[in-house]
Amino acid sequence: MSPESLSVETRRLPGAMPAWIAAVDVQSWRECAQTVAAADGRLVALWASDRRDLDGGFEISCALAMDAGLLCLRLPLPVQSPCFPGIADLFPAAGRMQRATHDLVGVVPLDARDTRAWLRHGAWPSDVYPLRRDFVARNVFTPAPDTYPFVSVAGEGVHEIPVGPVHAGIIEPGHFRFSVVGERVMRLEEHLGYTHKGIEKRFEALDLMAGARLAGRVSGDSTVAYAWAYSMALEAACGATLPERAAWLRALLLERERVANHLGDLGFLGNDAGLAFGLAQFSRLKEDWLRMHARLFGHRYLMDVIVPGGVARDLQIDALADLRESMSELEVEVRTLRGIYDEHSGLQDRFLGCGVVTPALAGKLGLTGLAARASAVSRDLRVDHPCIPWDTLGVRMCTAKEGDVAARVAVRFDEVLESLRLQRQILERIPEGPVIGELAEPPAGAFGFGWVEGWRGEVLVALEAGPDGRIRRCHAHDPSWQNWPLLEHAVIGNIVPDFPLINKSFNLSYSGVDL
Amino acid sequence: MYSILKQIAKAGIVTETAPDAAPLLRQTEQRLSDLVLRRFAGTLTIRHVDAGSCNGCELEIHACSNPYYNLEGLGIRFTASPRHADLLLVTGPVSRHMEEALRRTWQATPDPKLVVAIGDCGCTGGIFGESYASCGRVANVIPVDVAVPGCPPTPVAILQGILTAIAREK
Repeated sequence: MSPESLSVETRRLPGAMPAWIAAVDVQSWRECAQTVAAADGRLVALWASDRRDLDGGFEISCALAMDAGLLCLRLPLPVQSPCFPGIADLFPAAGRMQRATHDLVGVVPLDARDTRAWLRHGAWPSDVYPLRRDFVARNVFTPAPDTYPFVSVAGEGVHEIPVGPVHAGIIEPGHFRFSVVGERVMRLEEHLGYTHKGIEKRFEALDLMAGARLAGRVSGDSTVAYAWAYSMALEAACGATLPERAAWLRALLLERERVANHLGDLGFLGNDAGLAFGLAQFSRLKEDWLRMHARLFGHRYLMDVIVPGGVARDLQIDALADLRESMSELEVEVRTLRGIYDEHSGLQDRFLGCGVVTPALAGKLGLTGLAARASAVSRDLRVDHPCIPWDTLGVRMCTAKEGDVAARVAVRFDEVLESLRLQRQILERIPEGPVIGELAEPPAGAFGFGWVEGWRGEVLVALEAGPDGRIRRCHAHDPSWQNWPLLEHAVIGNIVPDFPLINKSFNLSYSGVDL
Repeated sequence: MYSILKQIAKAGIVTETAPDAAPLLRQTEQRLSDLVLRRFAGTLTIRHVDAGSCNGCELEIHACSNPYYNLEGLGIRFTASPRHADLLLVTGPVSRHMEEALRRTWQATPDPKLVVAIGDCGCTGGIFGESYASCGRVANVIPVDVAVPGCPPTPVAILQGILTAIAREK
């Protein structure tokens, strides 16, 4: 579907990705969401803003994905009763996002089935909203005890296993509450928000250029995807065009980040199923890959290489031969290791049929990214809305249909190989020219979106400029918002010892959703 | 099995020499007696706590265990329980939501214990600073022996920090 088929007036936004914006009222807010949902569209993100100093009220916004691109709905809310019709019945992923907007801005979804706090544990009181403009970021409150009302499962033989927030391995913190009978999981309930460090409030203290550095630290493993999304949003707000070579370099960086993460995950997936050999081999390959990053771009994880306007460092010609050779070597090794993984009966016994998300459930709950592609949901922004250079490169989407751990492993292997093909193409065909351009200061109120297919899934940044080159509001959205609820479904009926394996097969971000 | 052995033989041993301790990273005097340090030098057990990091430091802590840095080859290993730990490796600005969990983890770690703060955020609060949601640096919540800057610090720097924490002052 396209924006013309909606009952409201939409305005096309400038920028690398197709995006429209529409000011809506309460009725058309629901109608538009219903139209998009009925046309098999999906919810990408939902956030709220305090605009009392500008137009006397609050605002709830959502970004919906249609066939034609992104549609942003903005609904003004009155100060006295900042309530809006919830959309979690249309898009289940909206549930936690609506809870988070209540915790941070104090806007209230009507008819919401779950009104528990999500990001707020005990660090601030329930009648205080940190993302309101008159809230001072350095305000500190006496911490209240964290008493989250988990849904309890009753019945003979049911017991609970609480896990976290400090986890057993080297992982981010979060709480998992398992209700089990024997070894079998009946229900998993996630409680996140432990790494909430006030990122959105912090953005508002920064100027637009400095925001890129913070965006690159929303989720450290996706620093390239976030830095690109943020820069894309700012460039859209400025009405700037990216130098072509910079776009190609950004694509190279994004693909290198994809491969680095997939190599790490493939090692851990082998290890979690008892094949320590896999971890040793893949972590060696990942280290080689990261060292090449340090050599070429000055940072092992490519942090701060993408900057608003372009990229901070160009490729050095004398490194190209080594770069090509290292990619060929990696490809040989990955193919060898894939053969070993595929033929290892112990490994396949753990992978196959474990942690299944059926294509129907994935579609209904809005699963995204590589996990979605492993459940036959063929979506990839590089394919669906190819900006430069994806339009020239022609990305071959990697999918599987079984939706189990084995499928998510297979998609990772396929994506590593496809990504290596793309990187070779980029090195072959990258145009000459400048890698960074000037950005004019955008006027206050200028708005832009960045929308990038990171290694985990689609990263969205919605950015609004304030006066004097400052950030008025920045919402960074991680694909893990959509995928965490699916993990709860994927473990049902599996045994507890398979949870780490299933969890790793998704490898979702905590920091990215805790903000 | 043959293909696994062939791959192991082909990859060979890539482990590099461990870095020396770096006394400049110390935040306090060495608090442990020579006797204890002699014991730790043979085997050290670490509990990692992510107290609010962006996950960047975690990637590099993982890398310390890859075949190049081979942390376990130095007699150092990670444990799942603070009760088995000699040293806490803490990342993040400490989020207010993790403050209590970090403090309890520290209390559960038996004495004598060491704390190494990892990353710019662990050292100073970093880009996130102190706010309604962030306590800032690790030392604002628990005592820190060694702090390793970097965003994220490299595996060599992290190893250096750990080795500094158990170095004997001569």
